[in-house]
Amino acid sequence: MKAATRPIQRPTDARLLAIDADGELIELPRARLTELFAPGDLLIANDAATLPASLTGVHAPSGAAIEVRLAGRPSLDAADVGRFTAIVLGGGDYRTPTEHRADPPSMKAGDTLNLRPLTATVRCVFAQRRRIEIAFDAAPDRVWSGIAAHGRPIQYAHIAEPLALWDVWTAIAARPVAFEPPSAGFVLDWALLDSLRRRGVGFQTLTHAAGLSSTGDAALDALLPFDEAYELPEVTVVAIAATKAAGHRVVALGTTVARALEHAASRPDGLQAGEGLATQRLGPDTLLRVVDAIVSGTHEAGTSHYELLRAFADDDVLRRADRLLAANGYRTHEFGDSVWIERRRDAAQLRSNLNTATLASRFGQRRTTAPFWIPNESRMRKPSRRASTSKSA
Amino acid sequence: MNTTLHHQSPLRIAITGGTSGLGLALVEALHTLGAAVAFVARDARAVADVASRFPGSHGIVGDVARKDDTHRIALQVNAALGGLDVLVNNASSLGPVPLRPLADTDCEDLDAAFATNLLGPFRLTKALLGAFTASTRSGRAAVVVNITSDAAVTPYAGWGAYGASKAALSHLSRIWDEELRPLGVRMIAIDPGDMDTPLHALAVPDADSATLKRPRDAALEVIAAIEAAAPGTTHGSTARQTTAQEAAHGEVTV
Repeated sequence: MKAATRPIQRPTDARLLAIDADGELIELPRARLTELFAPGDLLIANDAATLPASLTGVHAPSGAAIEVRLAGRPSLDAADVGRFTAIVLGGGDYRTPTEHRADPPSMKAGDTLNLRPLTATVRCVFAQRRRIEIAFDAAPDRVWSGIAAHGRPIQYAHIAEPLALWDVWTAIAARPVAFEPPSAGFVLDWALLDSLRRRGVGFQTLTHAAGLSSTGDAALDALLPFDEAYELPEVTVVAIAATKAAGHRVVALGTTVARALEHAASRPDGLQAGEGLATQRLGPDTLLRVVDAIVSGTHEAGTSHYELLRAFADDDVLRRADRLLAANGYRTHEFGDSVWIERRRDAAQLRSNLNTATLASRFGQRRTTAPFWIPNESRMRKPSRRASTSKSA
Repeated sequence: MNTTLHHQSPLRIAITGGTSGLGLALVEALHTLGAAVAFVARDARAVADVASRFPGSHGIVGDVARKDDTHRIALQVNAALGGLDVLVNNASSLGPVPLRPLADTDCEDLDAAFATNLLGPFRLTKALLGAFTASTRSGRAAVVVNITSDAAVTPYAGWGAYGASKAALSHLSRIWDEELRPLGVRMIAIDPGDMDTPLHALAVPDADSATLKRPRDAALEVIAAIEAAAPGTTHGSTARQTTAQEAAHGEVTV
């Protein structure tokens, strides 16, 4: 795969690789996404707007230039903007990949950070020195206006130009709680939502504070994703129940949606509306309780996003998909092409799906086995996603 | 007006141009009625003054005519109110003053009038559509009110920049209302009439203010129009229950 280097949310030539429940691969123009849904299915998206979470300024005790990237807070409550966890980098800008950015100066609790027009106090420094907790010394409205006026979206070294806030807001963006964009949602526009509605596909949202995808520090990156707050509306819970009861599928638009739904469903009292803090990681051993399929960007092996996809499909299927994505030049990263992955068929599903035509037959494509024409060596050279996705502002 | 602005929780409403004229009257009336109010204006001092007069209201400094301000405003509105049910695009520009014929109107002045009166409401509404549809999915109302003028209909000599931009806003409102109805979002354009406001004084300096409508009366008419567009929005009714089938298929409307 190659990096998508321009911040276009819906390029007209966007592509989609679908993996059905039997591990068949189907390639489509992404414009045909709607056709993958059956009437009665339910699409759930993350309606978080993305904060301009990158704040530049000065570490007052040392006078050193810093970039603070807000990375998390314990709840979505708008009034609760006093404290954030953050990643702090030394000086530099987005042209430098994050892992090559200078470390921040040595910090300790109580240090003042001047982040014009805001002032923050370091509350604690974690074992990995780039990770800190800060508190803003202002009333909530002042914190929000300060972030709005001074913050920039977290930037990506693989994007040629600096991102503006509108580049990182999805069409359905509402409350500003995400630190990086829930970028799977870039596929949405109002015409697509209308075509889903006319097809009889339900649409609901949750709000999930999507966190950072990279810190530039290998030890910190190994901890990703950090804890992420979310809120699940009552209407979404009701819709999920109705969809499941009718034997239809719940489709998550993006990894954040899958993480939030599966976290909420893993509670002892089952899926409930309200706020939660997603602390779990999804991977090959995860039992998916809610999500039947996921629409996501393309991800490279080894990333936490890729691990999440392993909850849906077997490794050999994902490897075949990787080879196809690489061989056919799919674009990766936030503004790249998409995948649709149905949860692997199991015994329980098999029963309900017996009468369901396979994706391949519906799209008039032959059943695909491993794409034999792709030699293994052609798998993309893979400087880790982090190396090529480095971010800075 | 014997109403309270609560259904599940207080009505969440944002008003542009909220520090003078009709906008200020709306802030005052809605604040009195118990709505959660955010307002936008360009002048930081005026914003701070109005916010302190109406405790609990949220003042946002921004210029709707500036593209760069759009998402910053939307961000603060959504943060302050936790979402949004009603937006009143009230901030307006007369164009060049004193008023002058179109033939003497600089292109830049026409640009500026369209930026405030048409592009600003378009951009801000677009940036807030996610919030509006989140409201309608949850069984709440969503209404966008665009403040227009009889100058949008009648060709008054000297009102070219203002009248043409407001005419465009009126027509945009009608088209967008058609498009948004399936989502349960309403968009209405309201001509509040000639009011005793700073904007009117700029346009017609020698007008007899006694003959002009008081902004407060116009504000109450705007609130009544919101209620008419989305019954239950501005009085104490409870949003109707959403059935499971409606929820699954996004058929919730106000």
